[in-house]
Formats: sequence, structure tokens, C-alpha cells
Amino acid sequence: MIHFILLFSRQGKLRLQKWYTTLPDKEKKKIIREIVQIILSRNQKTSSFVDWKDLKLVYKRYASLYFCCAIEDQDNELLTLEVVHRYVELLDRYFGNVCELDIIFNFEKAYFILDEFIIGGEVQETSKRSAVKAIEDSDMLQETVEEYMNKPAF
Amino acid sequence: MPAPIRLRELIRTIRTARTQAEEREMIQKECAAIRSSFREEDNTYRCRNVAKLLYMHMLGYPAHFGQLECLKLIASQKFTDKRIGYLGAMLLLDERQDVHLLMTNCIKNDLNHSTQYVQGLALCTLGCMGSSEMCRDLAGEVEKLLKTSNSYLRKKAALCAVHVIRKVPELMEMFLPATKNLLNEKNHGVLHTSVVLLTEMCERSPDMLAHFRKLVPQLVRILKNLIMSGYSPEHDVSGISDPFLQVRILRLLRILGRNDDDSSEAMNDILAQVATNTETSKNVGNAILYETVLTIMDIKSESGLRVLAINILGRFLLNNDKNIRYVALTSLLKTVQTDHNAVQRHRSTIVDCLKDLDVSIKRRAMELSFALVNGNNVRGMMKELLYFLDSCEPEFKADCASGIFLAAEKYAPSKRWHIDTIMRVLTTAGSYVRDDAVPNLIQLITNSVEMHAYTVQRLYKAILGDYSQQPLVQVASWCIGEYGDLLVSGQCEEEEPIQVTEDEVLDILESVLISNMSASVTRGYALTAIMKLSTRFTCTVNRIKKVVSIYGSSIDVELQQRAVEYNALFKKYDHMRPALLERMPVMEKVTTNGPTEIVQTNGETEPAVLETKPPPSGLQPASQANDLLDLLGGSDITPVIPTAPTSKPASAGGELLDLLGDLNLTGSPVSAPAPQIAQPPFLLDGLSSQPLFNDIAAGIPSITAYNKNGLKIDFTFERSNTNPSVTVITIQASNSTELDMTDFVFQAAVPKTFQLQLLSPSSSVIPAFNSGTITQVIKVLNPQKQQLRMRIKLTYNHKGSAMQDLAEVNNFPPQSWQ
Repeated sequence: MIHFILLFSRQGKLRLQKWYTTLPDKEKKKIIREIVQIILSRNQKTSSFVDWKDLKLVYKRYASLYFCCAIEDQDNELLTLEVVHRYVELLDRYFGNVCELDIIFNFEKAYFILDEFIIGGEVQETSKRSAVKAIEDSDMLQETVEEYMNKPAF
Repeated sequence: MPAPIRLRELIRTIRTARTQAEEREMIQKECAAIRSSFREEDNTYRCRNVAKLLYMHMLGYPAHFGQLECLKLIASQKFTDKRIGYLGAMLLLDERQDVHLLMTNCIKNDLNHSTQYVQGLALCTLGCMGSSEMCRDLAGEVEKLLKTSNSYLRKKAALCAVHVIRKVPELMEMFLPATKNLLNEKNHGVLHTSVVLLTEMCERSPDMLAHFRKLVPQLVRILKNLIMSGYSPEHDVSGISDPFLQVRILRLLRILGRNDDDSSEAMNDILAQVATNTETSKNVGNAILYETVLTIMDIKSESGLRVLAINILGRFLLNNDKNIRYVALTSLLKTVQTDHNAVQRHRSTIVDCLKDLDVSIKRRAMELSFALVNGNNVRGMMKELLYFLDSCEPEFKADCASGIFLAAEKYAPSKRWHIDTIMRVLTTAGSYVRDDAVPNLIQLITNSVEMHAYTVQRLYKAILGDYSQQPLVQVASWCIGEYGDLLVSGQCEEEEPIQVTEDEVLDILESVLISNMSASVTRGYALTAIMKLSTRFTCTVNRIKKVVSIYGSSIDVELQQRAVEYNALFKKYDHMRPALLERMPVMEKVTTNGPTEIVQTNGETEPAVLETKPPPSGLQPASQANDLLDLLGGSDITPVIPTAPTSKPASAGGELLDLLGDLNLTGSPVSAPAPQIAQPPFLLDGLSSQPLFNDIAAGIPSITAYNKNGLKIDFTFERSNTNPSVTVITIQASNSTELDMTDFVFQAAVPKTFQLQLLSPSSSVIPAFNSGTITQVIKVLNPQKQQLRMRIKLTYNHKGSAMQDLAEVNNFPPQSWQ
């Protein structure tokens, strides 16, 4: 299973963090700092895989964003690269030519899309069309401002 | 109060901050506003505020005061609220906060909601961060949803079930019925998550594994359809249909086929098909091939298939893509034990990978190279590996050096080559060699008798230029100390002998002693080497004496002790010096303890122990104990095997050899291990761990247990008030004859209700004329407070003949056992 997913910029600013295991906040911060440093210091000539503690880090850079997944020993690294790529494709489909700014200003949508693709560290949907459709339908369910104001909460 | 600013507005504002301090100020201001808004229980803007809080949390600021607000959002009727609420719960809450349990009821309700997207939110949240308590409470709901016909929910329920099983493995059983027709689904999402669920169950329970083996044909069919089916736009990735599902099926097949002939047979064809038909131009095809190779190697596949798999890996090695080379090396490392010959064919490619720029690839190539070294290729491989040692990063050097030593020891084609290789490692990576390698090397050198002159000459030349690499200097010092005479006499056969004078040799050793770069241990080696040369050199003995005496006042305690003892050798024990400093004998070879490896043989695992243990030396005392058994009549006596006096190293010199014993020859191969006593553990624990005589029972009279032929043995007793079932007997053996008694061994046996432990005696010689005694301690455990009886057997040498006697001791004073 995937233990966590991190998205961060070339300057090391975190854009998204999804954890599928329980860790204290302090620990998470430490891990993020460590991993960002490891990945940012790797050059172009190296592979996309890093052995880190008892996990494997799989990372790929898309434009100005690094996508990093931590997987277990028995997971397929090459397939994880495909998983990352699929997530980027979903973002692209939803936002239309996605760029880092889209993810900054619509971070909650980025999370929603991720949650339609991966649950509990495992892929739930392998069809691009279905995943994006689910998000768009959910968006439809969201109330308009008027509806929101008028609907009682409880 | 004005409406709180919108999320995007806040993000824009924060991004304009030019410094960290400015950003912090903005955040604090906004947090204050949010906090007061929360206090006012504002339903309208709660969602907006929590969203902003989540953004600030991502920037690294504390957001715990929003936790309860997330719960309120989850409980809200509005979908917008729920969406943000669940997101907040997943980001801010986890099982370590008690607050999270409050979610359980909301989730339960939402799992039964009329809108599938709400149910989806609940399933997702439970599946990502549900605690064990939540899982226990809600497992039933998840199980229900696993059986629904709605594929959108079914796939999420499956992964939620996976999470529940991971958190609470005992609940696995309850999901079994629902798995019945999971694989009959057409929907890929459900299929994929079902395979994940089945995989998880099979990995955790051998019963489940056996149960699900019957699914192999169905899985094979599904996989076949994926490969054979035409283009499906929905699931296509670069011309391959649903690679995610293909890989997961391959992984499940691997688990099902392991150790099972029938299942492996059933999947042979499809594996061959996938292996040959998958397009390899893109990463996605290689991902599938990679998984296929792993599966082929792990199940009981036929040899043709295995060769196919290794060849795929070989092709991977030649791929330009680093990632592919990386996984190839990783897989080859896993298979090199079982399919050694097949992997050997790719040896040259693997060796080329040593020159790769990627650190992880280099490491794997190095490990694989060591695994591939054998008698035939050792020369070529060592050349490459030595070159690698020269140029690799420091983090590799220690492992590489150790690996080279091991391989050289196993496969060295000649002694000269072996020594040369060792020399090369010591000079190239001398400071990275592990400490325990030094004694091993010294032993190796001792054993190559005909190479001594060559070795010492090369080592001398090596440290002449540079004596900063400690392991190298240590080995060199030792060798010079041992074979310095060969060095100055110019006896080398293998290469041109060099002209070295005794003074020059002492110069270099003294430099090592003085140098600030030398570690304390190294200095010890150097000093001892200088001392040894006093018997091998002829003209410079006075110089040596001077050096040794200077260090008698060294601040370093170790050096000081050595120097003082060596000084004493010169002064009082000069007659012993030649014998003491004699050439070391060839040391008994201790088989290197290779790591115990788990060998993968076609799917089965067998531990392969690579070292042979020395035969237990406790056999001999056992036969003696049997004699005592006979004597005390019957089988209700426990024989006691005494500890032999710790035998001294066999080299010349007796106790003084301890001086030279600190060569860090751990587990000194020369001394025989003391035979083990088979003792019930509690006796040892009870007796040896406590300081026994904190409260000694008032004086128990001692007895004379034996008195014959000039040998007298007295028993003195001690008992502890806190532990009255233990009696400690100290025996004292004295000799009133005119000649010493040597090789004295005391043995004892007691009735079965007692337990006995004999500790080591003080020595094995009883001097004549009562001028000294042997003492030995016996501990007796007498829980039933029965009358103490003992049979003793004495053996010793006296007046040139071997003596033996048996006796019974019955005169134990009542205070010693009551």
C-alpha cells in the first residue's frame, strides 16, 4: 500500500499531503522536511526511486511540482510511477491544462480528486472517465450560494 | 460582524507576504477571526472558515482548534459542509485524539444515506483514517455495502474492508461471504479493489489462501481477456488495457501459486503469454513485465519460464531507462541464489552497472557482483571490484572491502593473489576496513607460510609512504614485528627484495608510535612489534630497550602497561624473552561465520547455514559422569559435569602470553572452549546473579571430607538466610606429600532431589608439603531439605603415575542441610 503522498514545489513548499498511516503531527513534519531535502538534492541523472527507512520513495517532477509516493517493499515501483501519472492526468482532465497555481488555489479539489482515485493507500478506480465523472457529479451536488444560505444546517 | 473573507481571497493575500514574519502575522490575524467566528457557532460560515484553516494547516500552522468544527460540518445536512468536514477530519483528526470517536455515529448515518456521494465520503474517510474502535463499530455497515449492486459504492466498500482488516485482523472472517462473487463483476473499479481485498486476506491467513486457490482459473480468464481484448478507451494506457488491474492480478496469482504445483501449472500459459506479448516501449509495459517476472520466480514454474524471466531482466539491464535498470538489479538480487547460472550469463552487464551514476543502482550492482563471484570468474571480478573500490563513494567502501575479503577468502586461486588482493584493499580503502577484518587478515597471513617475506616487504613499502590508515598500519606493524628478520635479510622470492636496515624498520615503527594520527590500538600494535623485534634483530636491541623504557611512563594506560611489562622482560626475565617472543605458530583456521541465508528454491524457502560449528567438547566429561552414575546405583542420580579449569592458550609462554594475547584475536582460535555444563537454568540464575552472602547463616562447622595418601579435602559451608535451600561448599584440597599432585580433577554426584553446580577450581596443581591448596566452590540446591550425601571422585597425577579414587561423604553437619 501507499503510506503517504506528498506534493511540493521546487522551493520545498508543501502543496498537498495525504497520509494513509497514523503518525503524530511532529513526526509528519519531520518526515516531510527530510524527504523534501532528499528529493530536491537528487539530480537529473538518478533514478526515480529512493530507499528510505523500510519504504521506497517513488517520485516524479511535473513542471514545477514534485509528486512523491512512499510504498512498501513488495509494491511495484514502476506501477507506482503510473499511479502518479494517472493522478496528474485526472487533475489535468478536471482543471484543463492543470498548473501549480490551480492546485494552490483549489487544494481542496485536489484532495477530492485524490480521494476518488485512491483510498487507504490502494487504487480504487482505474477508469479516468469514471473518476472525473464522480467528482463532477459531486460538484453538482454542492449547493449554490443561495441554496447554501437558505438550507438549514441540521 | 462582516462576513469572513473567502478562501481564495485568503490564499491570494497570504501569497503576497514577502517575509515569513509578514505571513505569520496575516495568519495569526485570520486565525483570531476564525476562532471568534467558531465561538459564535456560526453555521453559515463554518465551512468557509474550516477550509481556510486547512490551508493554513498545510502551510505548517497549528489548526487543532478546528477539530470539533469538522465534526459539526460532518453532521450538517449540506453536502458542501460534509465534503469539507470529512476532508478536515482526514487532515486534522486521527485515532490518537479521543475526539475522533465522535465521528462514528455520523459516519454510520452517512453510510446509510440516500445519496451515494455522501456514502462515498463516509466510506473514504473510514477507509483512510478509521481507528480500530471505529472499524469494529462500523464493520457491519461496510460488509453490507460490499454486497450492494452499486459499483461506485462496492469498490469503495472493498477498500474500506481492506483497511478494517488491516486494523482489526480478527474481523476478516466476517467479510468472507461477501467475497463470493466479487470477481464476477464487469466494472474494473470493483474488480481491482476486489483483487486487492482478496490479496490482503490471502496474505494474512493460510486458510483463506487455501480457500481462494480455486479462483485461479477465473483470475487467469480475466487476465486473458484484458490482454486479448481490443482497444478500450476507458482503461487504456499507451495501448495496454488496464495495467493496474493486470499487475494486481499477477500479484494475487503469485501469492496463490506459491508452494502449490497445481495452481502454478494453471497459470504457466498466461504468464508466458504476458511475458512475450507485452509491449516494452513504455514504462507501463515494463511495469507489467516486472510483476510477471516476480511472479514467475516465486511460484513453482517450469524451467523454460524461469529462463524467460531472467532473460527479461537481462534485457531490462540494457535499457536506457534508469528506473528499469534499477528494478532489474533488485529482482536479480532476489533470484541470484536460486537461478545462479542464468544470472551469471548477465554478469558483464551487471559489472558495467558498477559505473552507473545512480547511487542505488551502484549499490545493487555491487551486491549482485559479490553474489556472482565464483571460482571461475574470481580474477576478473576482483579486478572490477577493486577498481570500483577505488572510485566509489565512501558509504560503499566498508561494505565493498568486507565483500572483497570474503570473496577472496573463498575463491582465491593462489596465496600470492590473495595477499596481493588484501594489500590492494588495505592501500586503497585502508581506513574503511572494518575493525574485525584486521585479526582475520593477520590469521590469513600467518597461514601463508611461504609468503611471509613477500607480505612483510609489501606491507613495509605500503606504510613507508603513508601511515595514516589504521587497519593497514595495524596489520603492517604486526607483520613487521613477526617477520622483521625476513625483511632485513632480503629473502623475498616473489619480487625484488629491498634493502632495509634494522634502524630503518625501527624508524617507521617509532613514527607510528609517535604520530598523532595513530589510534591507541595501533600504537599498541607498534610497541609490541618493536618488542618482538628484540629477538629478531641483532644490532638494535639497545635502541629497542630505550624505546620500551620511554613508554613506561606513557599517559596511555595500555601503552604504559605494555612497556612496563616488556621492561620487566628485559630486566628480570631475559631468559624467557626468546621463548616468549617466538614466531607465532600457524593458527587453526576458524570457518568464517557467513550470514545464514534463506535460499529461495522454486518457491520453497530453506534456511541454508553456511558455517559448521565446532563439535561440542562436552562429550568427554559426560563419559566420566556416567561412571559416577553406575557407582551411586541406579538412575536416580543426576551426574554433574564439572567445569574444566579454563585451559590456557597452547603457545609457549604460559600466563605471560596474556601480554601478546591482546591482539584482538576474538574467540582466540587457540584456546579450547570450556565444556558446557548442562544445568537447569534456575540454578544458575538464582545463584550466580545474587551476591550470595549478604546474610550468612552463623558459622557451620567445616568437615574433612577425604583424607588419604596425603591428599586431604576439607569442606567449609555457607548458607544464606534469605535463600536457605542453597548451600555453598568451598572445598580445599591440600597435599602433605613431598611431591606435587598435578592435573587434579574433583568430581561430585548427589542424589536426584538435589542439584549441584561446580565452579572452576583455582588450579589443577596441589603443591607439596601443604604449601598451597586448590579451592573450588560447589553450590548445592536442596529444596526438600534432605540429608546431604555426596559421592566424590578424585583423579590426579602423583609421583609419575595416574591416581584415582572414589569416596562417599556422609559426615555433613546437620546445619548444612536442615
